[in-house]
Amino acid sequence: MKTVDLVIIGGGSAGMAAALQAKKEGISDILILEKDECLGGILNQCIHNGFGLTEFKEELTGPEYLWRFVDQIHEEKIPYICNAQVIDLSKDKIIKYSKYGLVETIKAKAIVMATGCYERSAGAIQLPGDRCTGVITAGLAQKYLNIKGYMVGKRVVILGSGDIGLIMARRLTLEGAKVICVSEIMPYSAGLNRNIQQCLKDYDIPLYLSRTVSKVVGKNRLEKVTLSSVDENMNFIPGTEMEIECDTLVLSVGLVPYISLLNYIGCPIGPTKGAIVNNYMETKIDGVFACGNCLHVHDVVDFVTEEGRNAGHGAALYIKNLIKNDGEISVIPGREISYVVPQFIDKKTNENVTLKLRVRKPLKDQFVVVKSGDRIISKTYKLGVVPSEMILLNLSIDKINEINEELTVELEGK
Amino acid sequence: MKEFTCIICPRGCQLIIDKNNNVTGNACPRGKEYAINEITNPTRTITTSIRVSNRIDTLVSVKTNLAIPKNLVFEAMEIINKLSIGAPTKIGQIVLKNILDTGADIIITKNID
Ligand SMILES: Cc1cc2nc3c(=O)[nH]c(=O)nc-3n(C[C@H](O)[C@H](O)[C@H](O)COP(=O)(O)OP(=O)(O)OC[C@H]3O[C@@H](n4cnc5c(N)ncnc54)[C@H](O)[C@@H]3O)c2cc1C
Ligand code: SF4
Repeated sequence: MKTVDLVIIGGGSAGMAAALQAKKEGISDILILEKDECLGGILNQCIHNGFGLTEFKEELTGPEYLWRFVDQIHEEKIPYICNAQVIDLSKDKIIKYSKYGLVETIKAKAIVMATGCYERSAGAIQLPGDRCTGVITAGLAQKYLNIKGYMVGKRVVILGSGDIGLIMARRLTLEGAKVICVSEIMPYSAGLNRNIQQCLKDYDIPLYLSRTVSKVVGKNRLEKVTLSSVDENMNFIPGTEMEIECDTLVLSVGLVPYISLLNYIGCPIGPTKGAIVNNYMETKIDGVFACGNCLHVHDVVDFVTEEGRNAGHGAALYIKNLIKNDGEISVIPGREISYVVPQFIDKKTNENVTLKLRVRKPLKDQFVVVKSGDRIISKTYKLGVVPSEMILLNLSIDKINEINEELTVELEGK
Repeated sequence: MKEFTCIICPRGCQLIIDKNNNVTGNACPRGKEYAINEITNPTRTITTSIRVSNRIDTLVSVKTNLAIPKNLVFEAMEIINKLSIGAPTKIGQIVLKNILDTGADIIITKNID
């Protein structure tokens, strides 16, 4: 059986960054396996701009951003195989991948999972009414429109106000479709304010909050949808129905980490719906690391790149036998925090750690407090916090060395 | 007085500009510049894609290398939609110079072999 020191599954932003970092740290026997026909992942279809402000201090489109990394992969001569889908994985790190129907087996010393995420579908949100054509997820619509050049519809309703939904509202409008409205079940938008401005307000597209689809009607093709307001418990409020004739309903109702391979090896999963990891991005399965959207869904690719580097660094340490695993400190999401990554910190680490977290709901005037028992480790003021924006907190190594008990991260009103 | 969201970076500050062009709410100087532009000459960058003439079902992404006046966006889209290019393409390659006399070029944003 062929053996490789480090196999990276998924050649998107996370996987490419992991490979480049491991190479930089002296690991030269690397292989990236990518199921698509080219490297780059989801950014291939994100042709809008807004990428790279942290990484390159300039605003790039998705393809421009990803090509900077593809160029480096080529310069560093890091081997990769495209059209290679990993179909099986075992705890002892034996990987099976299929390329054009032929199955190959390789054994790795360490693995970085960088498989990205998938979109929640009509079935996942139990969309009420007929099952007809014309109901499509936003990412798929984006791929059709931006890569293949197929228009998905003429009169469009968008369900869900996350950034992908907002970006698609503008994109479809520019290509001549009538985007009638964006409907969001929550009382606030899940997207960035700047996208509400430049994708909706610029084109006078209304955004309805606390409103969702209560009925889909269509024999073959979608004919109309009914939108209804919902109360705090997400129940439809009778009498608020609004019928809209449309041929297309675009769903932008959430992304979920793609972890089926991790399930094969019994990898413990956490509140992000991705693996739980320590500060080297190592999962609970020895030598298996995870990063990017398959660990937790990110909104800014620059942070994905950074996390990929972190996983590549961890994998390099692991291969060089430099991770001690002498106990760990748990990191627990406390009041109003939905998750924190990493969930564990190596007690013996000699590196600073960045905690990444999300809040449960929008709040103003908050302190983000990191505590160990009763001791306050850090306290950071935030004018406003929203679930759509990931919060990053740096913990310096001297602070970590002072900690014995588990850490809790919570919000505290001013 | 006018209120709007700054679109220059993901932070999305809520800007307020009064009749004397005093800007508040901006967390950095770029917000002020944006607010003043927004009421005098609002501009936007277009990102879209065009056909690759020698590939089946393939598009290549393009953008305006400068922001163009907002009221020309749809007119510009009509012109861009008629463009096509042969592969291979290279990031930065110019497809059309000086669209609608705005000074902006349409440039490729994706490499296709
Ligand atoms: C529609 C959309 C719009 C976005 N807009 C912005 C924006 O404006 N600004 C911003 O900064 N960020 C944006 N983001 C976020 C950011 O771009 C992504 O979070 C980031 O690119 C994800 O990188 P990744 O490597 O984790 O995942 P991906 O890019 O999804 O890469 C995962 C790769 O793994 C491969 N793969 C999966 N399973 C297997 C397998 N079994 N075998 C082999 N390969 C496999 C996939 O083919 C894919 O190439 C957007 C994201 C989306 C989805
Ligand atoms: S004012 Fe500055 S910080 Fe605020 S959104 Fe604009 S560019 Fe970003």
